[in-house]
Formats: sequence, C-alpha cells, structure tokens
Amino acid sequence: MDDFLVIDQVSKTFGAQRAVEDVSLTVAQGEAFSLLGPSGCGKTTLLRMIAGFEKPDRGRILVRGQDITALPPELRPVNTVFQNYALFPHLSVWENIAFGLRMSRRPREEIRTGVERMLELVRLGEHARKRPMQLSGGQRQRVAIARALVNRPQVLLLDEPLAALDLKLRQHMLMELNTIHEQVGTTFIYVTHDQGEAMSLSDRIAVMNAGKVEQVDSPENLYETPGSSFVASFIGDANFFTGVAVELQHEGYVRVKVDGLGSPLVLSNGTVSTNQTLRLMVRPEKISLTLQRPPSGERVNAFSGIVEDMAYFGSHTRYRIRAGEHRILAQLQRSRFSGGEIDPARGAEVWMSFHPDEGRVVRLEAAA
Amino acid sequence: MSTETRPVRQWLLTLPSLTWLAVFFVIPAILVIITAFRPTDLQGGVGAGWTMATLREVQDPAYLPILWRTLWLSGATTLICLALALPVAFQMARVGPHMRQVLLLLVVIPFLSNFLIRIFAWKSLLHPEGPLTKLLIGLHLIPENAVLLNHVGTVLLVLVYTQLPFAILPLYAAAEKFDFGLLDAARDLGAGPWRAFFKVFVPGVLRGLISASVMVFVCCLGQYVIPQMVGGTSDEMLGSKIAQRVFSDRNLPHASALAGGLMLAVLVPMLLVVLWQQFGRKEAE
Repeated sequence: MDDFLVIDQVSKTFGAQRAVEDVSLTVAQGEAFSLLGPSGCGKTTLLRMIAGFEKPDRGRILVRGQDITALPPELRPVNTVFQNYALFPHLSVWENIAFGLRMSRRPREEIRTGVERMLELVRLGEHARKRPMQLSGGQRQRVAIARALVNRPQVLLLDEPLAALDLKLRQHMLMELNTIHEQVGTTFIYVTHDQGEAMSLSDRIAVMNAGKVEQVDSPENLYETPGSSFVASFIGDANFFTGVAVELQHEGYVRVKVDGLGSPLVLSNGTVSTNQTLRLMVRPEKISLTLQRPPSGERVNAFSGIVEDMAYFGSHTRYRIRAGEHRILAQLQRSRFSGGEIDPARGAEVWMSFHPDEGRVVRLEAAA
Repeated sequence: MSTETRPVRQWLLTLPSLTWLAVFFVIPAILVIITAFRPTDLQGGVGAGWTMATLREVQDPAYLPILWRTLWLSGATTLICLALALPVAFQMARVGPHMRQVLLLLVVIPFLSNFLIRIFAWKSLLHPEGPLTKLLIGLHLIPENAVLLNHVGTVLLVLVYTQLPFAILPLYAAAEKFDFGLLDAARDLGAGPWRAFFKVFVPGVLRGLISASVMVFVCCLGQYVIPQMVGGTSDEMLGSKIAQRVFSDRNLPHASALAGGLMLAVLVPMLLVVLWQQFGRKEAE
C-alpha cells in the first residue's frame, strides 16, 4: 500500500501567482508525512486541496485508488486539524467532538462511545462539559485532534499544529502527537514551516519552495544529503562555497578548488565533471576547530581563519570565522570529550577541518 | 485599590448616557403610566385625582383582535426580516472591503429620504394604476382585477421593507466578527453547505439575531403610519388606536393605558430572555 495517498501532477494558480506547480507525491498508509517550506511555498494550498477547500487547476488526488479531486470536503475520507483549531465556540468539548458523527447521522450509542473513546485518547475526560473558551491552548489542540480523529479518517491533515503554542507546550505536544499517531495508525500529513517540528514528527518530509517540491526524503537523509542548497539551508544551517572541480576521484569524491580555502576533497553528487563550477555544503557542527594545524593527510580538509564573532547557546557555542573572502559558521559542543576543550577569543586564529564525507556537492539553484 | 476605583470610574463614564436615558426615557415612561390612572378633562387634557376607569375601558374585547393582529404582524415581519437579512449579512461579511462598503451604503441609502415619502412611494407603486401592478398584470402573474393596496399583506410587505435595514445592520455586525474558518471546519467534518450554515454560522451570530429580532419586533409594535397609509380599514394595529386616542379622541389617559400595556407586553418577554440568558451563562460555568 505504498500509494495510499497519491498527489498526481497537481497545479494551482491564484491570479498571476503559481501557488502549487506540478506537484506529485505518494504517501504510504500509516505514514507521518510533512510538507515543509517557508511561508508562501504552496504547502498550505496543497493541504487545502487535499482537504477539498481548493480545487486544483490540473492534476488528481487519490486516496486508496479513489479519485477524490472532484469531491466536496464533506464527502472526503480526510479530516483536518486547523491552525487556529477552529473549534465551535457555541458547543461544549463533548459536542465539538461529536459534531462529525452527528453530521453523518450515526446512532446515538455509537456517538457516545466514539466521543468517550476520543476523550480518553486525548485525556480530556474531565473537561467534556467545558466550552473551548475555557480551555488552555494545549487542551484546545487536543480537542481539535479528537474532533478530527473520531470520524476515523483515512488521512489526518494537520495545519501548523504547534504554531500557536508556546515553546514548552510545543515540546510536550510534539511527544503527544507522536504517541497519538502510534496509537491510531492513521496517515498523518503535517504542514509546517518549522524544520525541527517536521524532523521530529515525520517519517518522510517533502521540502517545498515556490510551489514546487524540492526533495522528498527521510529527515536523516534531508539533513545529511540535501539535494539542493535550498534544502540544505532550510533544514539546519549550512556553509556554502563555490568552487571548480579539479580532480575526480574514485568512490564518488571530487577535489574542488575554492578561492581562499585551498582544494578540499568532498563527496560528489554523481553528476560532476572536471572544470565544472560547483556548490559545496558543510554543516557548522561538522567543522572541528583547533588552535594548531591538524596533521595533514589526503582525507583532511583544513584551513585557517580569524574568529570574528561568537554566540554562546549553553549546549554549544557558535563561531563566525573569516577565512579569506568567506564567512564560515562553526559550532563547538561544550564537552571536554569532544576533542580538546578550546575557547578561542575574538581575533584568535583557529584551524577548521572537516572530513570529506561531511562536505557535499549540492545542486546549483537554477534561479541563483 | 484598583478593584475599588474601577466600578466608580465605570459609573462615572456611563453617567451621561444614564442621565439621558433617565430624563428622556424612564421619566416619560413613568409619566405615561401615571397618566393612565388620571381622569380626562373636557379640554382633552389630564384632570386631577385618580381613577381606575380607564383601565377597565381598555379591557374592551374589541381591542383583542387588534392586539392579536399587532403581535402576529410584528412577529411575521421579524421572521421574514431575519430570513432575508441572514444571507445578506453572510455575504456582506464575506465580500472584499470595497464591495462591502458599496453594500453597506445601499442598505443605508433609504434612510436618506423621509420615512413618509418612502411609504407614499409604495402607495403609488402598488396603486391599481401604478407601475408595479401594471407590470404584474402584464406578465399575467396576478389577475386583471387584483388590488394590491389596502390589504393586510400590503402592511406586512411595507413593514418588512422599512424594518429590513434594522435586521441587516446588527446581523452584519455579528457576521463580521464571525470566524469563517469555522465553516471550513464544519464542511471538513461532513456538513454540507446548508448544514454548516445553520449549525455553525447561525449559532455563531446568535447575539446579532437576538438584537435584530428585538429591534424589528419592537419597532413594528408601535407602527401606525404604515397600516393607515397602505392598509385597509380592518388592518389597524395597536399603534393606530393609540394615535387615534391622542389625535382624534383627545383622550390621553386612554392612550397612555394602551401604550403602557404595549410596553409591558414588550418588556416582560424581554426581561424573561435576559434572565434566561443570565441563567444559561451561570449554568455553563
């Protein structure tokens, strides 16, 4: 059942703006899938098309092989948790959850057991008689989830589910969402602009930019092997360098000449030829900082620079280091075991080094 | 400290409007009720002393059909106005800001011309030789000899026409604050467009519905110009009788008794609604 939910070449324009352009995705049954991207990337439009609030200009949407593109929202096997929860203010928590079952005219007994089961799942039994106004943000969120899940949807859509919560509550609800997903086994589709949220909630993530899907992959793969510089910079932080390929090596490595940094050896993305201009990406935490020049070797990329600025984050410290024309972001874990505690000051000369496997060639953006 | 000063300051702030209400509404209302217990004098004024005679006079069973007509005409007007105003308010809250201003202006424009002139316009529109009557006969929608004027239906039509803005405006004010995302949520949970409208939008603008109903109903109760101008001889409302007692019969106590009775008929149900709402709110907490 790999093609449980299929989005097939879907496009949507609003006036002159192309909100979603030729997007194709498949989501497996029971998967937790995220649509991740900056605001205006089309992720919410895509979600609204799956829910039925927008009609695609082109393309089809299928659930379990059934084409739902033409169905109105009320006839789709899909339910939504809205960003502001959209709980009915005139109904109690109990009646909010019962709403969907009442709309499908289920027998009274079934409504009662369904609502109680959901109240138990989201642990809101003692608040059943309250109005949404009397609940905290986290409780409202749980009502919204229960109200959607009680209908046993094939797909649950969650629009920025944690955006309205404060930091502590967000971390708590993150765990809660994962637990609920495990318990009900429904396919969850999250829409979020927060990469941390997407990484910890999803089995797979589709990174969207300007109406298109840039890359679909697991959180680990997106972080470690981003396909484009957009993905690399949107998921986590990254240093980018532009250089020219000077030597192709076996096992997919390539030596790239970068002005001011020598010729580091990095992993190629397979489509590299000599003398081609390339973009390299290195994550800040993959760069190790030393005061002395590291022992040179074939597999060590090392260069020196001057510390320009630093920021202390408690668990780690970030350094901005100038090396020639480049500003490089590096990160040090504050742990004595992580290879020699050093504490370089502003203006100090430091050596930066990274393993060839930690540097990657990324696709040059067509627009850039 | 602040808990003590705040109520005081609130009282001070509402003092001007309270004074206004007391001087121009509460005191005259009490005077009207007092007048009902005074005897008439020969010059059409109010005499000295007290009497219960007027109260017995207004219990005349001849008033019953008029009271009944007043109530059902006002009730029907209220219901029709709400039914017409709900979709208008819904649309006005959904359209863009420019279109919204145009629509608001259209609702308010009738107020720019005099109330009597607008009713007179209806009179000539519905006149047997008037354009509307001729058009409808021309289209064979009504029989040749149909009379549109001087009928209780005409009174209802013109009442609805005059009261409709008073239903649209409070409903629009409520609809403007309504979160239309809730309709998406209702659709998402399996409600068709109509059920979403009645199960979520209508309860969502309940306060607007209540104020619109009170506004329209109360305004209708006191009407006397409309039944007099477009209604037949048997379409009088209680307001017509009060006007008649004041202007033709010069019997102020009798008019006061009728007006006071009408006031009680309005205030008592309203008081019950308010109490019921208060009770409901306590229940929810």
